[in-house]
Parts: sequence; structure tokens; C-alpha cells
Amino acid sequence: MTTDPKTMTRRQLIRHTAWFGAAVGFAVVGGEVISHVAGASPTQHAVGRPTLRFAQVSDSHLGFTGAPNPDVTGTFSQAIDQINSLGYTPDFVIHTGDLTHLSSPDQFDQVKQMLTKLQTPHIFTVPGEHDSVDDAGQKYRGAFGAGTRGDGWYSFDIAGVHVIALVNTLNLKKLGHLGVDQLEFVEKDVAGLSSDTPIVVFSHIPLFAMYPDWGWGTDDATQALSYLRRFSSVTCINGHVHQLFSKTEGNVNFYSGTTTAYPLPHPGDGPAPKPVTLPAGKLRDALGIREVSYTKGQTALALKETRLQ
Amino acid sequence: MLRKHLAAVLAVGVVLLAGCSASRPTAGTSSSMPMPSVTFGSAASATPGMPGMSGMPSMPSAPAGTASTTGSPAVVGGDEVSIDNFAFAPATLTVKAGSTVTWTNHDEEPHTVAATDGSFHSPGMGTGATYSHTFPTAGKFDYVCSIHPMMHGTVVVTG
Repeated sequence: MTTDPKTMTRRQLIRHTAWFGAAVGFAVVGGEVISHVAGASPTQHAVGRPTLRFAQVSDSHLGFTGAPNPDVTGTFSQAIDQINSLGYTPDFVIHTGDLTHLSSPDQFDQVKQMLTKLQTPHIFTVPGEHDSVDDAGQKYRGAFGAGTRGDGWYSFDIAGVHVIALVNTLNLKKLGHLGVDQLEFVEKDVAGLSSDTPIVVFSHIPLFAMYPDWGWGTDDATQALSYLRRFSSVTCINGHVHQLFSKTEGNVNFYSGTTTAYPLPHPGDGPAPKPVTLPAGKLRDALGIREVSYTKGQTALALKETRLQ
Repeated sequence: MLRKHLAAVLAVGVVLLAGCSASRPTAGTSSSMPMPSVTFGSAASATPGMPGMSGMPSMPSAPAGTASTTGSPAVVGGDEVSIDNFAFAPATLTVKAGSTVTWTNHDEEPHTVAATDGSFHSPGMGTGATYSHTFPTAGKFDYVCSIHPMMHGTVVVTG
């Protein structure tokens, strides 16, 4: 199930509707969608902010200079401005990797400086494979690894939600890889949590098999997800694929985010995941930011995708 | 079919609503609830992440990093491997012991040349960048691009 950024799946529609808390507006239409929305929305009329809301930005690829986007600094800067203009302060902002294009020290300096312009109490990151090109993530951890464990993974709790940030871009054989140390971390990390704790997992490479022929999957993700099976709400959010995509497997909702740099082809469209050059004026339609909110008492998180403007 | 139509109608409705909602504050900005705090599980002295903007004077941005062309310059008459369309060509190259092999990346994506046995590893090679490695002894050396590990290549070194 692919998701064109311009359209939305039924599930996204439901979420989207939920986001605006506008279920009432659809009552006249009737039908199955409405019954879902109505069933999911008993608490949506509550006034006030959601329990947790954060923004995702991904794949800024600072240092890329190719025709698909000759100004990745400009588009990333625009994404930051857009987050700063949401009309509220996100509780945190997550960058899901490929901060840099080639892991060079000046690219890390630049992305770090740009990120600090985000108006939010906390900025979190996970590395992409472009951030660990030749040193197994050493420079990445030098810039962003303070307080993390192992090769840069960590977890935290915010507003009753447990957030796990994973590193699956090291020791690649074909797919993303977590490794035994990290799997053990996940197992122990959630061991003491009650099963109704909402779980949010960040990684760069998808934790689901989006398109293994292009490396769009993680070879030992099933093991990690097995530790999360007992939780009623698990949301996995990734970057890497430079396009919106969502999938549900059992109790887990997966959401691939788009990029601020350049689009990649849809899975299997062409021989390789090569950067796509869009017609003039169309680039920003493929780039964007994501808002995510969680309201206590609801299982599903609400997502809102916004193109770069 | 009917469902598809419904979805389309609903999608239009959502777009319209989105438009409407843009004119009023989003997601309860008037709420007086405090920002939630973050608790880290680890007992590490430092905490992951970093604070966002808090009125710090903005610093001038570093110039956009350019992909550095690293590695030795191409050896004239040396053995060449071209990287095109996420593939090494030739995928298997046979050279004599003592030869220097040079890889050139023609893709817009960066690639690396990383020996499976760890005996050599290029830096990230941007567009047009080259990397050279000399093979002193005979053997079969498999390598991948560590960024796109579905890319495989082999250098066979004869004695």
C-alpha cells in the first residue's frame, strides 16, 4: 500500500479527521468511515492541548549538491521555520536521520547549528547511514551522542509516553540492523512498563519490510518488535525512504516520513533508489514536515503531514 | 466503488476543514497546561538530545559542506571500477598482485568501497570522487558499499 503524498489512505483520513477534532462535520455523510471516526473520538471534544505533540523532520542531507535539490540548506531552513510557525510549541522535535549527506565535520556543525534554531524544549536525533559513512557513527555520536547508550540509542518518558530511539544504520549487510546489544536494551527498557503505556519508536531505516531489495527494512526488527507485542499502542516512525508511507501490522503502526532534501522513487520504480529530479517548481510538494499528537485515552496517535511551503 | 467515492468526498471535506481550521488557533494553543517534562531511563550523567532555541543569538551558518574528493588521484593505466546506477562495473575485476584499483563514483548519491574482511574502506565518495587501493597479495576480495550494502563487488588478485 503506497501513499501518494497528495492523497491519503482511509486510515490517514481517519487520523486526519481526528487531528482536527471535526468528526461532527462529517455526520451528514454517514457510512463506515463515520462510524470509525465516531468510535474513535469520544475524547476529542475535550478542550485543550493533546497530552503530547511533537514534530518530525527527516533526511536533510546537508552537503548534497545535486540537481534534485541544489539548496538543501534552504529547504531544511524552511522546514525549521515551518515548525517554528505551527502556532504552538512542540514538546520536542525529532530528526530521524541523514542529517548530513557525507558525515563530514562541517556538515555535522552546520546541521547542529541549524537544529538549535528550533523553538522547542528538546531536539532529538537518530543517525542515518549517511551520518555513519566511514566511521561507524563516531562523528555522529561526537555531535549528537551525549547521554546515549551503546552506539547512540536511548529512551525517555514524556507525558506518559515511552519513547525509544534506535540506531539501525551500522553494520549493514543488506538491510538495516539493530544488533544483539540493542535488542537486549529494548527488551530491558520496556520490561517494567505496564502494557497500556503508549510506545513510540524512532529509527532511520524502516522497522518494517517496506522494500527489502533497496535495503528498506531491518533484518532483526522482528525481534525488537516482539518485545513490544504486549503493548496496546506502538507507533514506529522512520525516515530513510524520503516519502510518506504507512502500514499496520498487528498492534504496531509504522509511518515513514518524507524528507526536506529530495525525493526518492516509489519502491521498485526504477533500478535503484536514486534521487529524483522533479519538474521546476514541484520539489517542495515532495518535501515536508510531520506533526504527531497523542491524546490520553486514545490508542492511535494523530499525524498531520504538511508540505514545505 | 461507493466507498472510493465516499472517501473522495470525505477527502474534499477534510481539505475544506483544514482550510477553515487554519484561520483559528490550532490544537488548543490557549491551554494553560504546562509543557510535559522528559525523564530519561538511563543514569547517565548527560542526557540525550539538546535544547532548542532559547533566545540565543543566532550564529552564522557554516558554509554548505561540499563533498570532498578523497582518496588518491586516479592512476593512469590503472585498473578501474566505475560506480553507476548503484552498481560496481565490472562487478568482478581481476588484477595482478601489486595493482592499484581505482573506483570512481558517477552517481549523485555517495557510495563507499568497503571490504567485507575489513582490509580496506574508502571514505564517503561524493559525485565524481575516486578512491584507490593497492592489492599487494593474491586473493579474492569481496566488498560492498557500506551506505547501500545491496551493492556488491569483487576484486580477484592473481599472483
